[in-house]
Amino acid sequence: MIIADSRKRVDHQSVRFEEGLSLDCGTELRELTVAYRTYGQLNRERTNAVLVCHALTGDQYVAETHPLTGKPGWWDAVVGSGKPVDTGRFFVIAANVLGGCMGSTGPLSMRDDQSRSGLPLPWGTDFPPVTIRDMVRAQKRLVEHLGIARLFAVLGGSMGGMQVLEWAALYPDCVFTAVPIAAAAYHSAQNIAFHEVGRQAIFADPDWEGGRYWEQGKVPARGLAVARMAAHITYLSEQALTRKFGRRLRSGPSLSLFDDLFEVESYLRHQGSTFVNRFDANSYLSITRAMDFFDLAAEHGGDLAQAFAGSRTRFCVISFSSDWLFPTAQSRAVARALNRAAANVSFVEVESDKGHDAFLLDEPAFHRTLSGFLSGSAAAAGL
Amino acid sequence: MNAEPNLTAPNGIRYVAKNLRLDLHLIAGMIAPDSRVLDIGCGDGTLIAHLARQRGCDARGIEIDMAEVAEAVARGLAVMHGDADIDLAHYPDQAFDYVVLSRTLQAVERPREVLRQMLRIGAHAVVSFPNFGHWRVRWQLFSRGRMPVTPTWDRPWYETPNIHPCTIRDFFALCVSEGYRVESWLAADQAGMSAPWRRSPRLANLFGEQGVFVLQRNANLTKDRPA
Repeated sequence: MIIADSRKRVDHQSVRFEEGLSLDCGTELRELTVAYRTYGQLNRERTNAVLVCHALTGDQYVAETHPLTGKPGWWDAVVGSGKPVDTGRFFVIAANVLGGCMGSTGPLSMRDDQSRSGLPLPWGTDFPPVTIRDMVRAQKRLVEHLGIARLFAVLGGSMGGMQVLEWAALYPDCVFTAVPIAAAAYHSAQNIAFHEVGRQAIFADPDWEGGRYWEQGKVPARGLAVARMAAHITYLSEQALTRKFGRRLRSGPSLSLFDDLFEVESYLRHQGSTFVNRFDANSYLSITRAMDFFDLAAEHGGDLAQAFAGSRTRFCVISFSSDWLFPTAQSRAVARALNRAAANVSFVEVESDKGHDAFLLDEPAFHRTLSGFLSGSAAAAGL
Repeated sequence: MNAEPNLTAPNGIRYVAKNLRLDLHLIAGMIAPDSRVLDIGCGDGTLIAHLARQRGCDARGIEIDMAEVAEAVARGLAVMHGDADIDLAHYPDQAFDYVVLSRTLQAVERPREVLRQMLRIGAHAVVSFPNFGHWRVRWQLFSRGRMPVTPTWDRPWYETPNIHPCTIRDFFALCVSEGYRVESWLAADQAGMSAPWRRSPRLANLFGEQGVFVLQRNANLTKDRPA
């Protein structure tokens, strides 16, 4: 058997759906696996479930030590006992997205459409293009599998926020509250451009081998690391970079071309090199494409308000003042579309200098807003 | 009003039970229970909290000050950051039973357009504003020839946000010219105590520190409806 995954082997908790999944691209996945984690207890009425949707490079390990990196969960600041998404009160579900590389069906999975020479082969770059809506449909399967008819809340930042909006549009009766954070209803030209730089970096790595790097046991580590470095800049802000690094040098000033000279370079290189140990390059290609495809208004005749027509979901749209990747203007456009649909919407821009990443970090004003909104909604839901 | 004021805060603003500012209490009294309400310039959401929790309303708010928005949302209220001059255009027709504008009309850029939007998106508009016709204002302008500074108009002319002051009679005239029916109105003092000049707009204009109006767009359309 070909081992497509060169990373440390981990058994991810997952559920397999034999009936497969029809994708937006027209392809039928014959089988679907959704890897997931849950935190807290589902109440007897099954009304306290909260679905957390992860961002591009996130995963289902929201509030526990990550099995690959050994680091705390990516939303440890937000999800946990006594935290804004209180696991003492809510049953929190987190799934690895379709196309991901932490156990859900994706480019690393064995392909289901053919079997050359009887050997199971991974999809690799032949994995069909997936969309945010496909990801949400896969999550819906999981939620049904867990016996939950309606989620108390769906929340997530960045690409997670795109999934939140898609959930509210696709399954309005299954979502009591929706919290899209640092997100947008479509991926902007600028954001597609940044993704394309990342993808080209991967393609340019000779170890990518046209996407079949796994056949030779290689990993396009340099390309993937450069993709991560470029992307990471977009997650920060100029103020945050200045505050953290300024123009500080690693060693004494000397005019050199290639040395790891500025602290900010060193930081980015570290971000790039650690990323390749936990992420698959083809998965990165697959998911960045899914984000690029996302345009919720286009799915509804060009009018975003139509996506939410008649919605009874309570929305809380949150943005961050220094986020230039998913700027407040895009969240405001979502809030206004919700107004046009006469939906119940709260909209807050949190003052922060931490850029797009603010939603992952210790940002008390954000946590207070989220916590208050969820408490108010829980009261309205009779929880 | 059914509840007697029972508290006076150090700043002289009177409160009734549940810490509801008295002028907001007057407004709350004009809103039917279980109705859909939009409060424009809702501040920290005191009025909508009262309407939602005590009167069963689906009450939402718009506020331009982000700190107030964050405070209101953290209190579990449906409040969005927005500007009355811009964001009302994004609501559909008749989405609310009442649209409230409390002590804000004089500070918006286009008061006539804001009123028009309020009565487009809501069946009733509830508007309160400080009365520039109050005798103290008139007297200061008359006797000193300087812009008046009173407990209601408490900022000097160069830093007041109140760019469109009007009197109670001005407002009546505007309602006539725009074709709005005044369903009910009253004049109140600064603390929000209802003043006894309900029958005379001229006296109300002289002695009322603020006016509170409930409007409907078209008298002919609503006349036949059961009250």
